[in-house]
Amino acid sequence: MSETPATRAASATPPSVARKIKGLSDRAIAWIFVGPTIFLLLAINIFPLIWTINLSFTNFKANRIGREVKNVGLRNYERILSDSDIWLNMQATAHFLFWTIFFQVLIGFTLAYLINKKFKGNDLWTTIIVLPMMLSPAVVGNFWKFLYQPQIGLFNYIVAFFTGKEPSSFEMLGSVQLAPWSIVIVDTWMWTPFVMLICLAGLRSIPDYIYEAAEVDRASKLRQFFTITIPMVLPFLMLAVLFRGIENFKMFDLVVQLTGGGPGSTTELTSINLKREAFEKWRTGYASAYAIILFVTVFGLASIYVKALNKVKER
Amino acid sequence: MNNLKLASVSALSIAAASMASSAQAEDLTLCWAAWDPANALVELSKEFEAQSGHTMSFEFIPWPNFADRMLNELNSGGKLCDLLIGDSQWIGGGAENGHYVKLNDFFDSEGISMSDFADATVYAYSTWPKGTPNYYALPAMGDANGWFYRKDWFARDDIKAAFKEATGRDLAEPKSQKELLEIAQFFQGREIDGKTVYGASIFTERGSEGITMGITSALYPWGFKYENTPGSYDMDGAVNSPEAVEALEFYKEFYETATPPGYTNSYMGESLDAFKSGQVAMAMNWFAFFPGLYADPNTGGEKIDFFVNPPQNQAGSTLGGQGISVVAYSDKQDAALEYIKWFANPDVQAKWWSLGGYSAHNSVLNDPGFKDSAPFAGDFLEAMGSVQDFWQEPAYAELLLAMQKRMHDYVVADQGTAQEALDKLVEDWTEVFEDEGKL
Repeated sequence: MSETPATRAASATPPSVARKIKGLSDRAIAWIFVGPTIFLLLAINIFPLIWTINLSFTNFKANRIGREVKNVGLRNYERILSDSDIWLNMQATAHFLFWTIFFQVLIGFTLAYLINKKFKGNDLWTTIIVLPMMLSPAVVGNFWKFLYQPQIGLFNYIVAFFTGKEPSSFEMLGSVQLAPWSIVIVDTWMWTPFVMLICLAGLRSIPDYIYEAAEVDRASKLRQFFTITIPMVLPFLMLAVLFRGIENFKMFDLVVQLTGGGPGSTTELTSINLKREAFEKWRTGYASAYAIILFVTVFGLASIYVKALNKVKER
Repeated sequence: MNNLKLASVSALSIAAASMASSAQAEDLTLCWAAWDPANALVELSKEFEAQSGHTMSFEFIPWPNFADRMLNELNSGGKLCDLLIGDSQWIGGGAENGHYVKLNDFFDSEGISMSDFADATVYAYSTWPKGTPNYYALPAMGDANGWFYRKDWFARDDIKAAFKEATGRDLAEPKSQKELLEIAQFFQGREIDGKTVYGASIFTERGSEGITMGITSALYPWGFKYENTPGSYDMDGAVNSPEAVEALEFYKEFYETATPPGYTNSYMGESLDAFKSGQVAMAMNWFAFFPGLYADPNTGGEKIDFFVNPPQNQAGSTLGGQGISVVAYSDKQDAALEYIKWFANPDVQAKWWSLGGYSAHNSVLNDPGFKDSAPFAGDFLEAMGSVQDFWQEPAYAELLLAMQKRMHDYVVADQGTAQEALDKLVEDWTEVFEDEGKL
């Protein structure tokens, strides 16, 4: 019998795995492979979440195991939502979130647009620009702490050079007015390259023939920018905003290194405050309620945002 | 034959003795903060190793992380530390949560008497509930918040004359808190040897306990009380009394008018740096650092002198220092107790002081030569006579963090008034004690 392409293909196809392992269906084997992952997911994500919800209705303290645990109903939630200090933390977080994303998108997109133009040393500049995001937040925090030092800090000297002020006449980290901006500057410095890379991917995904067609139609550069570049990069930009938004909502390390939440509570973001409640004051029940509120907030906002993102993609 | 028997018995005895000693020899781990006195303790403990056959390991944690790291260790029932030199404020939690071994029976059986140690240190470092004869630690390291200054600057004729002209009095160690501020303000921004210097470095740190320890150094001399009646948790009118408000306003004025720029988050390390770099005329810090400061080749020796926290309405210093406890989760408690017994010995205590540790043993403190044994020894004795400590309740961390927030918000972030800050503090503390079931 001569071999036909069809028979060759049939012999190359592996027999069903189920036939090799007697008594097990393909579905059962699939479960064997997926099972451990699902178990891990349940054990380290879903179970702690359910446990946290349970704790949020109690007065449990993790450092007082022997103490009687009482169900306090919604008291933890009421206390958190009616606490003016926590609303100030929320405001500080919102300020940080809004301005970091604003500057990172603005500068990141501009840099990507410039880098996308072919010029000599393009690759070298790209490498230099992405360096900050390769550093550890702890290193960046300490590094900028020195730069912001009012007496010896380079940042103060540069500002003084341009404004004619005394370098030690202002304190970036110690002033209530400037400290929120000082953390915005550092985060923008560190994470703008990330937004730039995503934007660059978006820009490079636009086929050249679209611009060529626009040129044929005598569309101006400005028109091309607003009708081709921006709409086609928008899904990428929105993705970058989502990533940075989620990351910055839970920002902790960089700000702790820079200001420790101070001066006073001016830069005490919700994550810093939550850590203090959970692992310094050990108010586990209260902190659980706090975490659930933050989780619902992020989850809710992210869900709305992802729907909007999908709509933009569909266009 | 007899010789053979004797030799056999001797060999067996030696073997048995060596087996017994190797069976008992333990490797003990002592946990403490990483600072100058810890190095002195390492040196001191070599004697214990030689005497007991045990070996000592040390786990020293930098101060900013010390409480977090050690309290997590205790709360998780960790076995890292056999002995812990923990902060005085931890004694309530250590006792009530079962982290520390109660030492009464051990003290009784070994003849260790708490009356051999300074009363203030026994009260602060060893007892829980406060003032009762229930001991969970042996006073290990007496300490209080004090001051040091540039003696060479204070002695300069041009500076003395300028001070006299500015204030109408002679430049000398301050006798009150207000004099302290006046001197600091005098030095603020002054040119000395071509360099701009500042008044004083004080504690303003937000993250752990810094600003609380600094502010209580002003509150106590103004007569601050935590409760109207001790043990009642009745705080309204005491914590936010007019004297407390005045003291807090004083500290804020001090921060705003007499400290170097950028000292918004400074504690022990920053205070030492500011002084050693010749930036400030005066600095507050714990007595524990004073031996090292005196030995400093640049700013120590003849250039430095020390004074106790000045009084205002009364004498008052913020208590530092620690007691040494046996950790209840340790598997080597017998060896750890041996260490405590050895450490309580008056000779060891004398050596402890000579190496740079602050002994709380009366035989050391009451020695006629003690006051002259170091330039700060007399000040230390004086300070320990009027020390006051923060809450030592099991919920001390919550109480401390509330105070850190309220004080930093007012003093550094300039939010609200002193009265509002203290009123809010009373609210926070009341909530904590309500949660604790004490109110």
